[in-house]
Amino acid sequence: MKRSSLFVMQLLFTLLVCAFMLVPVLLSLMAGLTRNYFQGVSSGLTFDWLIQVWQAYSPTVWLSIQLAVACAVCVCVIGVPAAYALVRMNNRFSRAFEELMVLPVAMPGLASALALLLTYGQFGGFRSSWLFILVGHVLFTLPFLVRPVMAVMQRQHLPTLEEAAASLGAGPIKRFFSVVVPNCRAGILAGVLMVVTLSLGEFNLTWMLHTPMTKTLPVGLADSYASARLEVASAYTLIFLLMIVPLLIALQAISARLSRGESR
Amino acid sequence: MTGTTIRLQGCRKAFADGTVAVHDLNLTIEPGETLAILGPSGCGKTTTLRLIAGLESPNAGQIFFDDHDVTRLPIEKRDVGMVFQNYALFPNLDVAGNIVYGLKIRGLSPAERNKRCAELLELVGLQEHGKRSIHELSGGQRQRVALARALAPRPRVLLLDEPLAALDAQLRERLRSELDELLRGLGITSVFVTHDQGEAMALGDRILVMEKGRVAQLATPREIYQQPANAFVASFVGNLNAFPVVERTAQGLRVSGGELPWTGSNLPSTVYCRPEHLRVMAGESHLRGRLVGQFFQGAQSRLLVDVGGAQPLLVDSADNVIHTPGALIGLAVAPQVLFTLNS
Repeated sequence: MKRSSLFVMQLLFTLLVCAFMLVPVLLSLMAGLTRNYFQGVSSGLTFDWLIQVWQAYSPTVWLSIQLAVACAVCVCVIGVPAAYALVRMNNRFSRAFEELMVLPVAMPGLASALALLLTYGQFGGFRSSWLFILVGHVLFTLPFLVRPVMAVMQRQHLPTLEEAAASLGAGPIKRFFSVVVPNCRAGILAGVLMVVTLSLGEFNLTWMLHTPMTKTLPVGLADSYASARLEVASAYTLIFLLMIVPLLIALQAISARLSRGESR
Repeated sequence: MTGTTIRLQGCRKAFADGTVAVHDLNLTIEPGETLAILGPSGCGKTTTLRLIAGLESPNAGQIFFDDHDVTRLPIEKRDVGMVFQNYALFPNLDVAGNIVYGLKIRGLSPAERNKRCAELLELVGLQEHGKRSIHELSGGQRQRVALARALAPRPRVLLLDEPLAALDAQLRERLRSELDELLRGLGITSVFVTHDQGEAMALGDRILVMEKGRVAQLATPREIYQQPANAFVASFVGNLNAFPVVERTAQGLRVSGGELPWTGSNLPSTVYCRPEHLRVMAGESHLRGRLVGQFFQGAQSRLLVDVGGAQPLLVDSADNVIHTPGALIGLAVAPQVLFTLNS
């Protein structure tokens, strides 16, 4: 097959851009597996750094997962009814509230964290527990669930479906769980995907809110970058990627399947 | 299923913007009766149905199912079955899931639910489709599932909002007769809203014609067609020819284009007749005019005859003779088919 020189040029350009973006990532990953980064790969490959990171920092990994799951649950419990209420109200106040909800995303995380510290910092037990960080994460990630859920709710002719359920004898709470929630699955899942990802990687807020006893993975990363060997920091990044990439792929696949089912 | 009497007493519904959708409506729907609510869009027919359903509550007046005052009950406590205009089937459930939804809420056991579901699938002729997804169904099948879902919990009253409007013409005709058979077989009190006079005539035991939130006429289809209460009803149900009367003559009434036979003692200002009651006559005739249009409609032809009035007369002729355009046409009319209207 004969291809034009234009095609070859375009392909070359694309590959160059890809390389520009991917090579640093790959180099960093390789650094985590290299015995001595300054001598290069010739010094040999090893899992020692990974094991060392795991021994030192595994609590941060578990805490991050715990936070992300708890955050997703909280955001669902608050966000789905909130989205429903906002769609149902659809007036000046609901739109103003929607804007207000996005504020913690627009504001620098440090500022929201400072506000939380000023308000709740004096409650020692709460301040030093991981729940303090959870509050910050919920505030920050809430709009990322509410927005897609609202979008799906507006598409679904929910008022008529609810009237149909009511005509069959379903009261308001039954209608919410048997009609509203199942018909927003795709939106809820897309939101949860976003929330889990953001919570796992959140640094700004978390760095201000954490205590030495409540370090998350990104905070631990910053620590290791500042104080440990380059190989250790790189191995740490590798662990983070190993954790988050399969999760992202799995969640993407589920949401793709769900949205296919709906568009049939 | 025995029929329930539905009674509306002085029901009035105004919306937040001040428009009154329904003015002081008094209406009694007999047990087992099928009532068609007919009218142009915005006449209050859907609001009336929603008042009966409990999806709207009246600003004044009361609604009774038999002797039970249901005015303050929400729809989920009224025990009504409802078929929505676009069916509103639950897309997250399959056909059987939709049908048993109401049974689950009433707490029936899985065995009872399956039995009732099978009965209904058979009733609407969808035995093989229980496991189908809603997305896989055609328009007609969706309509049947919506009907089966509404009937499954054995409601006291069946309400249908434009049940056939979303279907194409041929399917509409077939489902109309199926629906008619079904409603008669069940003997359930049912109310349906339509803007299609043919549908109202075919399905309704009585027709409630509404105009601007008020009752224009409540009568059987035959009465509505033959003795319309006013000009609005007459023009909305079927086509109409109007003859402004010029003067009284020895044999009848002089109108533009000729003379009509009239046996009444009164002198009306306008008399009316239906297009199918005007006959094309070769010889002696009551009216004469020029043919300005001819439309072949299969079983009959619609002729437009200009007799010098404001609008050409509509004539439905069964003989299908092709007339030359502009030909002089003689028309005859029997005195008993002419009628007058209160404006």
